[in-house]
Amino acid sequence: MAEMWLNMGPQHPMTHGLWNLRVKVDGETMTEAEPVIGYLHRGWEKITENRKYPQIIPMADRLCYGASMSWSHLYCLTIEDLMEIEVPERAKWIRTIVLEAQRIGSHLMWLAALGTDLGSYTVFLYPVRERELFLDLMQNLCGARMTYNYPRIGGVRNDVPANFERDFTRVLNHFEKRLSDYEALCDQSTVFRMRMEDVGYLSPEKAKNLGVTGPNLRGSGVDYDVRRDDPYEMYDQVDWKVCVEKSCDAYARYRVKMDEMRESCNIIRQCIKKMKPGAIRVKPPRTAPKGKTGWAHVEDPRGEGFMYVIGNGDERPYRLKVRSPIFVTVSAAPEMLVGYKIADVPAIMGSVDMCLGETDR
Amino acid sequence: MDMRLAPHAVAMSSAEFLSWSGGVMDQLMRYTGAKKAVDKLTAPIWSWAIRNATVPLHFGIACCALEMAAASGPRFDAERLGMIYRSSPRQCEVLLVNGWVTAKLRPDLRRLYEQMAEPRWVVAMGECAISGGPWYDSHNTVQGVDTFIPVDVYIPGCPPRPEAMIDGFMKLHKKINKEMKGTFLND
Amino acid sequence: MERIGLAPGGKTGDVLAQDIAQRFQQGVTVTKSTHNRLYAKVDKSVLVSLCTYMRDGLDFEHVTSVSGVDWLEEKKMQVVYHITSYANKVTAELVVDLPRDKPEVDSITFLWGGANWHERETWDMFGIVFVGHPKLVRLLNPDGTEVFPFRKDFVSGRRV
Repeated sequence: MAEMWLNMGPQHPMTHGLWNLRVKVDGETMTEAEPVIGYLHRGWEKITENRKYPQIIPMADRLCYGASMSWSHLYCLTIEDLMEIEVPERAKWIRTIVLEAQRIGSHLMWLAALGTDLGSYTVFLYPVRERELFLDLMQNLCGARMTYNYPRIGGVRNDVPANFERDFTRVLNHFEKRLSDYEALCDQSTVFRMRMEDVGYLSPEKAKNLGVTGPNLRGSGVDYDVRRDDPYEMYDQVDWKVCVEKSCDAYARYRVKMDEMRESCNIIRQCIKKMKPGAIRVKPPRTAPKGKTGWAHVEDPRGEGFMYVIGNGDERPYRLKVRSPIFVTVSAAPEMLVGYKIADVPAIMGSVDMCLGETDR
Repeated sequence: MDMRLAPHAVAMSSAEFLSWSGGVMDQLMRYTGAKKAVDKLTAPIWSWAIRNATVPLHFGIACCALEMAAASGPRFDAERLGMIYRSSPRQCEVLLVNGWVTAKLRPDLRRLYEQMAEPRWVVAMGECAISGGPWYDSHNTVQGVDTFIPVDVYIPGCPPRPEAMIDGFMKLHKKINKEMKGTFLND
Repeated sequence: MERIGLAPGGKTGDVLAQDIAQRFQQGVTVTKSTHNRLYAKVDKSVLVSLCTYMRDGLDFEHVTSVSGVDWLEEKKMQVVYHITSYANKVTAELVVDLPRDKPEVDSITFLWGGANWHERETWDMFGIVFVGHPKLVRLLNPDGTEVFPFRKDFVSGRRV
């Protein structure tokens, strides 16, 4: 048969970001795959060695811009672990609400990108429209649409605005009805099901061994969620369930994310009810001792995000390491791709929810 | 067409006659100034057509790409202004650079620019494309796209709001209207 | 303390720390342990046998991160491993010190495929060689880069 290496990227109609997927095709079937990344590498970790601790918060926003609050919050958690700061309770409630709203926004962007990849423009337009509602809520809270610069070391930047509960409740009520519509749009479409079911099989053992985390891991039947198993912020005070699917294919990963959006609405409603007045920030120290370390991990919308910091004795970190969930999932991509047709690549990589900003850093 | 050979036209073979008389209309129009008049009349029409269909390349680099995607969403709707994304650079008019350019990407971006056919414009969206942005001390980023590609419109912001991106394209429309690139005026 | 999600039969970090300290008397020093964290300093000769035991005997299924650190003045490099156990809900931090003029350590990619790109990136940025890694070539930096950018003696320089 005719075998050749094909370059899918760096400029490609798939919408995940700037990378190059080299596949070896035998006719239409893929026999090998090799992802090539590095087109967005700016040496983020080295740049942070030249910035003061608070100056890194907006830089962390730009790590994964689809879920930017998640990354600046992870950075704040890491520095709070380094400096041993206890965040006030109201700040934790606000952070939880905002993180879950960010999770919904990120999943909506994923759904829009998935629709574009599969050729359905409708599935692009609807989630982008709902995402605008959540971006409006964020804009009321902190002034920015996408890169928020809202969490601070020791709390959050400002308290919630007036009508916060009313606005959130309105948006959630509206969104949950619409979410049922979008699920029906995809689930009842034969073409969508045919393209997503039984492709991109990733067994649970391989998923665990290859370091895949987050919705991709839960789509393969492994019941692990950092929010439940290593709780941070107020996730242990709220009653919610972890979404797991057993079929290990691209459709299972899609279903996990749709269910997660519902659970996020549930979490936000409970947090709004349970929130109490109080302080929103404590003053952190400016410096950290040389050689002292701290780390934190969270459940980013894409998987397990992790940061590790070493203090330098002055106002700048000595080393700040970022573990991005999609960095590892992309390295596991050949496992999911080999054996399928080349037309399945958008469906498989679309279900994985890639964001290259955090991969390349 | 050389008029001194006119008396000998009857003696030419068909191939010779064709090569002698070819382009006579074009030369006539240029000589008499008719071409210039027609081009001046029609240039605004071509320019109107070009600027209402500024087709950008479907190329999202980084954070600004999400605002580019939001701009083609239902709320901001850039498509009514002609911004329909095409995947092949051969079919595009505008190269919208929306993110930081690294050393690895730089030759590929230059190649994409060269693959676009005239008339073409380049829009630098966001601080990273304008001058390197927050990554000014990175070892791997290029400090501004205009170091290797000529830029027509700069849209500042980090990221610029979708309205700002559309405003930048409106300025590009004004520029196209003024310069009238691609309308045969300079032919 | 009642931990949410602690699987029946799961062991806390303190229990695992004692287990490891008992088994590896030389080469491993457990510096701190809590109910869900475990911090240890590991000698590079013992790394692979410790990791094999952690994966097979103690149910550590997932490598969260492999990171390099360059200590220019102390003339050493460090590799910091964070390995998570899903069954026990514990994360272990292992720190391995290496001499700066010859930074080499055994690769753990054959145990956990998740460490593959982490080790490759650490080589790409610091020059720490992982012996036995299947493909130690440039990952994030362009092909043909001759320096290791994250080392402390590489100054990237402000352009403003």
